Order: sequence, then structure tokens, then C-alpha cells
Amino acid sequence: MPLLKVTIDNIEVEVEAGTTIMNAARKIGGSVVPPAMCYYSKLEGSGGKCRTCLVKVAQGSAKDPRPMPKLVASCRTLVQDGMVVQNITSPEAMESRQAITEFLLLNHPLDCPVCDQAGECHLQDLSYVHGLQETRTVEERRTFKPIDIGDKIKLNMNRCILCYRCVMVGDQITEKRVHGVLGRGDHAEISTHIQRAVDNDFSGNMIDVCPVGALTDNTFRFKSRVWFTKPFDAHRECKKCSGKVVLWMKGEELLRVTGRKDKYGELEEFICNDCRFDHKETGDWVIEGPRTIERHSVISQNHYLTNPGDAVRIVK
Amino acid sequence: MQDNIKISEFSRETLDLVNRIINRYPKGREKSALLPLLHIAQSENNGWLSPEMMDYVASLLKIESIEVYEVASFYSMFNLKPVGNCVIEVCQTGPCWLRGAENILAHFEAKLGIKPGETTQDGKFTLKTVECLAACGNGPVIQVGKEYHENLTTNKADELLEKWKRENKISHTNPYL
Amino acid sequence: MATQILLKNIDVPGLAGFQVYRNLGGYTAVEKALKTLTPDEVTDEVKKSGLKGRGGAGFPTGMKWGFIDKQSGKDRYLVCNYDESEPGTFKDRHIGTLNPHQLIEGMILGSYALGAKTAYIYIRGELFYVLNIIEKAIQEAYNNGYLGQNILGSGYSLDLYCHPGAGAYICGEETALLESLEGKRGNPRIKPPFPAIVGLYGCPTVVNNVETIATLPWIINNGSDAYAAIGVGNSKGTKLISACGHINKPGIYEIELGLPVEEFIFSDEYCGGIRDGNKLKAVVAGGSSVPILPAELILKTAAGQPRLMSYESLSEGGFQTGTMLGSGGFIVMDHTTCIVKNLLTFARFYRHESCGQCSPCREGTSWMEKILTRIENGQGTTKDIDLLVDISKHVEGNTICPLGDAAAWPVASAIRHFREEFEEHIKLQKCPF
Ligand SMILES: Cc1cc2nc3c(=O)[nH]c(=O)nc-3n(C[C@H](O)[C@H](O)[C@H](O)COP(=O)(O)O)c2cc1C
Ligand code: SF4
Ligand code: FES
Repeated sequence: MPLLKVTIDNIEVEVEAGTTIMNAARKIGGSVVPPAMCYYSKLEGSGGKCRTCLVKVAQGSAKDPRPMPKLVASCRTLVQDGMVVQNITSPEAMESRQAITEFLLLNHPLDCPVCDQAGECHLQDLSYVHGLQETRTVEERRTFKPIDIGDKIKLNMNRCILCYRCVMVGDQITEKRVHGVLGRGDHAEISTHIQRAVDNDFSGNMIDVCPVGALTDNTFRFKSRVWFTKPFDAHRECKKCSGKVVLWMKGEELLRVTGRKDKYGELEEFICNDCRFDHKETGDWVIEGPRTIERHSVISQNHYLTNPGDAVRIVK
Repeated sequence: MQDNIKISEFSRETLDLVNRIINRYPKGREKSALLPLLHIAQSENNGWLSPEMMDYVASLLKIESIEVYEVASFYSMFNLKPVGNCVIEVCQTGPCWLRGAENILAHFEAKLGIKPGETTQDGKFTLKTVECLAACGNGPVIQVGKEYHENLTTNKADELLEKWKRENKISHTNPYL
Repeated sequence: MATQILLKNIDVPGLAGFQVYRNLGGYTAVEKALKTLTPDEVTDEVKKSGLKGRGGAGFPTGMKWGFIDKQSGKDRYLVCNYDESEPGTFKDRHIGTLNPHQLIEGMILGSYALGAKTAYIYIRGELFYVLNIIEKAIQEAYNNGYLGQNILGSGYSLDLYCHPGAGAYICGEETALLESLEGKRGNPRIKPPFPAIVGLYGCPTVVNNVETIATLPWIINNGSDAYAAIGVGNSKGTKLISACGHINKPGIYEIELGLPVEEFIFSDEYCGGIRDGNKLKAVVAGGSSVPILPAELILKTAAGQPRLMSYESLSEGGFQTGTMLGSGGFIVMDHTTCIVKNLLTFARFYRHESCGQCSPCREGTSWMEKILTRIENGQGTTKDIDLLVDISKHVEGNTICPLGDAAAWPVASAIRHFREEFEEHIKLQKCPF
């Protein structure tokens, strides 16, 4: 199959047919990569929902050079040969991204200081780059009570952006899904409907795919801020998964086990609940060495600010 | 209003209907019958879908319970909480509003002593607001079970209420029959 | 009297029964097509007729059929969109209730053209009584050999079923409709692929509106030329207009496209003028989602030409001074109407009906409703008006399906044409009506 040529923000790249604009951009890397809050390359059918990755297609293809009439979701739009895409070079795309960020924060509690995800939250990253200087809403925010779904996972629905990733993990990674999106429109929520425990071998991956702090690890909660912990690559013999994980340590103490994430915040491999929740002794693991966090995030850049709402107040 | 009586199963006749409906869809696509089955299930469960009832529907279609909850909670015709015997649904969208729907709603509220979403103490009536029922030319419009009542006036509303009280109106009947 | 294709016999008692429909020439189009035309010839007739989809988007029907993938080796489906939920639209209910066999006959013709062996009518759950009527008519059609195996000895077989929705406007969007028909939440699919390639159960599928389908028998019986001779410009044929609001004669009218709007509103043959001798204030001409126009712009274009009931004329001037024919839901408001309150009911509708999967629509519709509620209740601020415009701009064009646009247009247009009314609410700190 001949490769297709696509230009993104004036950088040319060649990709195979069937590649999305998002993945072509990831092939180039750096600032031309649109942010993805719902797309997750390892989950089939993901993407298209959050609309943060909208880009401008200035030229559809070499054959049909007309621009596309609307911005398109780069995570779900396939590249054509000769396509010209504008991401950060399109004022229109940038304006829409700012608007989407505002929409995503509209009902968000802005509770970063008490959120376990702070420091590794994609919404925090997004608002850092694309947020408005001040909030324009005076309306009451939607609120839900945090609940336990199973004894290991905490659901704080106030923070959820309805990316559907955890639902896809339920469908695609675990044997049986017991939670889902209930209700519709602005009332839609992640729930089990009646108290049912989300509990099977791979359910913990829901925590890792959650881009925000809606699903967090109950065995880690409030033990420490992420940026006070040091990540180490480690592994163990495991019958259920690869056993390759990241240990989050504070001094000698092992506080949390997660999967290994790439620079887009995606898991390299899904890990089992045994590894994640039930092996909290350093002796359970062979430590390979310190892990570098590649992601362009506030953890790696040490940009995190501690006042509530700072995430949305920072100027570009 | 009866409390969540334990449902065991549909009757033989209802199951025949259920099977006829399932057969309208290709093999392996039985889940397609979910909305029709939920309509039937709701009518057989005092007008609402209890978790037990939804689990039963899931078992009939061999799907997970959560798949049923997700769907049932998406569609506004399904009640996930108990309702009264007679559910009165008042359309409140623009065209009906232009023709006085607010008066009709206020009238029902006053007569029944309840707000939308509530059920009368005796369990006889539930009041609900709904969006456009596709009968806008004859607004104000209300729906009760399968019946539409159009060009409503407060007098007409009173007559209907009297009639429903007299008849002990039950709005949730099997819609296929 | 204008040509009547859909309403001609609508007042004949018993028309919903097979025999009455048959005696009036019913099912002759099926006979003609199955005995004398190939499926492609039927498609060609529809193409040449210039018929456009009557569900709102106005996409040419024959062209849509032409996109269906006949090479895939998969089953193909025709699905009738009987979700009719756009506020102001109540025409399809009329057809199914009084003339179900014409819809069934159209379904047979369309299915034959597409090579579908199974077809479904997806009908909104609130209209279950209409579903009962149509199912009875379908049974009659089976009994008389127009459905089922080997129809009229032609070798063509078709099964036709009704499927109820359960209260969700979004299921009128064709891919949400297909999801719903598959027993799922009505979340619209991300396109492409379009249904003509990947539709119901992953198979090539065409979704058409009730009125579109019910027009097919007439086109096959009378020929595409006869159909194309009705109407003006690219607006061919007749259209059902469901008229409501502050008019003397609300109801469903079949007009020849090209009728002057003024005649439609004021003549006794149609709406019969404004109630109580009141003054016309504004019209939403094509269902709640199309831009509202003030009296002067609905009667005449900005260029001073009489506005006609046609796709082209209604949209003349773009969104600045024009609107759209949409679904034909014609909502008339007299001078006593509060434009803000009317808009608030629309905003509430779209918030209630958003499926919630994409963020601009889920958050934007609820934000707009909250702001409008404040303005209507006298708690608005001057900043709110521009904020509304800004939100509507950010929802429009940024969503998965057109519900976002449908929610944004009414807000943007009401402020465009009636800004002073919003300002008055804010100045007086209450609704002036
Ligand atoms: C939010 C939304 C609601 C819709 N509702 C309806 C409807 O109730 N009935 C309908 O026929 N088309 C509706 N449509 C249009 C359909 O998506 C589709 O275009 C139409 O059914 C195609 O049929 P046609 O070509 O015969 O018009 C809706 C579209 C959207 C975006
Ligand atoms: S635009 Fe609204 S209705 Fe359409 S997919 Fe997005 S959230 Fe759902
Ligand atoms: S607005 Fe009430 S039926 Fe349409």
C-alpha cells in the first residue's frame, strides 16, 4: 500500500491508509498533537465525543482540495493523500478548543487541591493551556455525592467529563460490565444504577484510563500528593497480566501501583487488580529504576499551583 | 400505587407476544427488541421499571443488566421510580405554551395538589411535564397512557379528572393490546 | 385547489382499511413497479422527480438511494423515520393515523428499489396508538399478498415491521435512530461512515421520513415528469405544512411548493389569518430549530421580494435575514408573544433532548437554558445577551450531530432579530408581557 502524505501545521508526514489525523500528528509529535480527552488508542470505538481535538482541514485531499466545511474531530477523521490540516495554526480551531475547555469546566468543581488526580489530570493540563482567564458562569454547578463502586474504586461524578473510556474498559477489558452511562443530556452520569460492586480482575484499569479525578484508587486516596511521590518502573511474575507496573513511592513506602503510561497518558498495557491493589509491599516487586514521566504535564514541568481554581485562571 | 411486588415472570400470552417481537429482528440481534419489551414490562409492573423487572428483561434477551439500565434511563417514557395509577403528561414546549399549556399545568397542579414529578397521596395520579408530543396544532395537549387529549381547556381537564376518578383510571396498559 | 398527493383522500371514511384504500387506486404503484419496472428504474424515477427528503434536511431522495452500497453482499434495509418530534411538526402523525396504507405502499416501493428484504418503521413511543393502526394495516397488506414472500408473483419478498421508540427527540437523527432500533441508547454515531454504507446492523441502510415515503406511490403512478412539474425552481412537488400557534385555523395543509407565505398565513384556504385580529409578530417556519423571523422578513425577503414557501425562497438572505423550510413545522406568533419565553421553552427542549455524549451540546444547551431562565425571570444582566450569542456560536458546528446546531440557531436568531426584547427584560428586571 502506498503511503499517504499529510501536512499538519506545515509539517509533512507520511502515514498508512486508515490512519487518523490524530495518529498522524502523534507520528510528528510535539505541539502539533491535538489534546485528547476521550480518545484512547487502545479502546475500540473511543473518541469523537469530547471535541477537544477539533482541527481545521484546509484541504481535503490532493484529488479534492476543497476545505472541509466544519472543524473535524482529528481522532476520528481519516487522513487522505494530500490533506492539509491546521491545528495550532488555525485560529478557528484554537477558539473552539478554548470554548470546549470552558464547557468541560462549566460543571467541574475546580477542587484540584483535594483531588487525587491533581498533577496527572488531563483537564488540568488542558485548562492550563487553553483555559480562559476567568470563569464566565454564575450558574449553580451540577453536584453528585462521591460513591464507592466496589471497595477499591471511588467515583466522584462531579469531576467526570463523560469520555466513556471507563465504560469501554468495562466492555473490552473486563469479563462483565456492571457500570455504564445512565440518564441522558446534562443528567447523564456514570453509575451502576443500583449499588453494585465493580469488581473483577481488570476493573482497576478504569482508574488509569480516566482522564480526570472521577475514578480514583481507594487504596491510595489522600495518602499523598502525586508530586511528592517518586515513580519507579517495576515488575513481578503475574499469571493474569504482564506484571509490568509503576510503583509510586514516598521514601520507603509504596503508596500506589498503576500501569505504565506513555507520553499521551495512555497505558502501555492493562494490568490486573492483583498487581494494582494487592501487592503493596516493596518486596513484592523487582524494581527496575526510576521512571521518567514523559507526558507534557504539570507533574513533569513542576507547574502545579496550589490555589483552588488556579487551573482555570492561568493565562496562556 | 403498589410497592414493588415481586415479579416472577410474564404470562404465557405475554411471552408469546415477546417471542413474536423478538422474531422481527435478525438472529443474533435480539437486543433490538429491548424498547418494545421495556414498554410491555413497564405496563406489567404498575407503570414503572424496577431493577428486578429490568433484570428479568435482560434475562429474556440474554444481555447484561447494565445494558438495560443504560437504555431504560435514556428514554423519557420509562419511569425508574414508582408512579401513580394514572400518569398525566402535560406538554410544555413552545407551540403548546403559545396556546395556554401553562394554565393547564397550573390547573392540574391545583386540582391534584401536586407538582410535576409528584404522585398524589392516594397513589391515583402522577403529574409529569413532557416535551413536544407532535400534536402542536391542537395544543394544549396532554397524554395519558396511549390516549392524547387535545385542545384542552380547564373545563375539559375537570371533566377528564372526574371521569378518571370515577373509573379508577389506570394508564399503564400493555400498549400492544 | 393545489395538487393533493398526501391528503387527497384523507377525509374518506375508512381510508385506513385496506379495501377502501384499494378501491381508491391503492397499491397500483406496487403492481406497476413490481411487474414493469426494475429496481434501478424505480430509483431513476425518484431521482428525476426532484423529490427531496421531507424530514428536515431536504436531501434529494433519489441521490441518497443511489449511494446505497449494493456490492457489499450484505442485507440492505429501508427504515422509515417516524420519530416526528421537532416542535411544531405534526404532519406524519396524520398520515399514519388516517392513511397508513399509502405509507406501507411507499415502503414496498422504496424497499424494492433498494433491494431490501426487511424494512422497519421506527415510530416515536408516544404515538403507540398510531403504531397499532399501522400494524393492523401491515397485517392487511400481508393478507392481501402485498407483503411477505413472493409479492404478486414477482419473486420479490419483503417483511415490514413497526418498532416503537420511547421518548427521545434525538432518535429522529438517523444514526441515533439506528442505534435505538438496535436496542441501544440513542447516541448519534460519528460519521462517516454514512448509513448508506454502514447502517442498521452494520448493513447498507436508507432512512427516510414518513412524508417522503408516502409520496412515492404518486410518483410511480403519475411519473416523475408530472411530479417535477409541480412547484418552483428546485423545490418540486407538494409539501405538508403543519401550522400552529396564533392562527385562526391550525392544522395540516398540503401546499404546492412556491405558495407565497402571505397567502399561506392569511388566506382562508390555509391558516385563515391571526387570531383575534391580532398583529403578526414572528414565525418559526420549519420546526423549532430553524431561525425565527420577524413579520416583515417572513412575508418579504430583505430584497423586498414576496417570500415563498420553498426551500430556496425561505433560505434567501442566509441566516442574516432568512431561514429554512426544515420539516414544515410552521409556528406563528402574534404581537402578544414574549419571544424570550418562547425561546426559553425551545432551549429547555434541546437541553432535555441532548443525548449528552458530546461536551459542547451537553454543557452548552444547559448553560443557555439557565441564562434564559434568569433573563425571563428578571435576573438577567446586560452581559448575558452577548454571552448567549457566544455560547451559541461555540456549540454550532462543533458537535457530533446537528442537534447542537438546532439548539444554537433559535438562540442566535432570536437575539439577532429581537435583541431589544431581551434588553427590556433586563432593564425592567421582569418579563414585560
Ligand atoms: C436532532 C435531529 C432530529 C431529527 N428528527 C427527525 C424526525 O423526527 N423525523 C425525520 O424524518 N427526520 C428527522 N431528522 C432528520 C433525519 O436525520 C434524516 O435526515 C431524515 O430522516 C432523512 O429522511 P428524508 O431524507 O426523507 O428527509 C432529525 C435530525 C436531527 C439532527
Ligand atoms: S450534538 Fe448533542 S445530541 Fe448530538 S451527539 Fe452531541 S450531545 Fe448528542
Ligand atoms: S408543543 Fe405540545 S404537542 Fe407540540
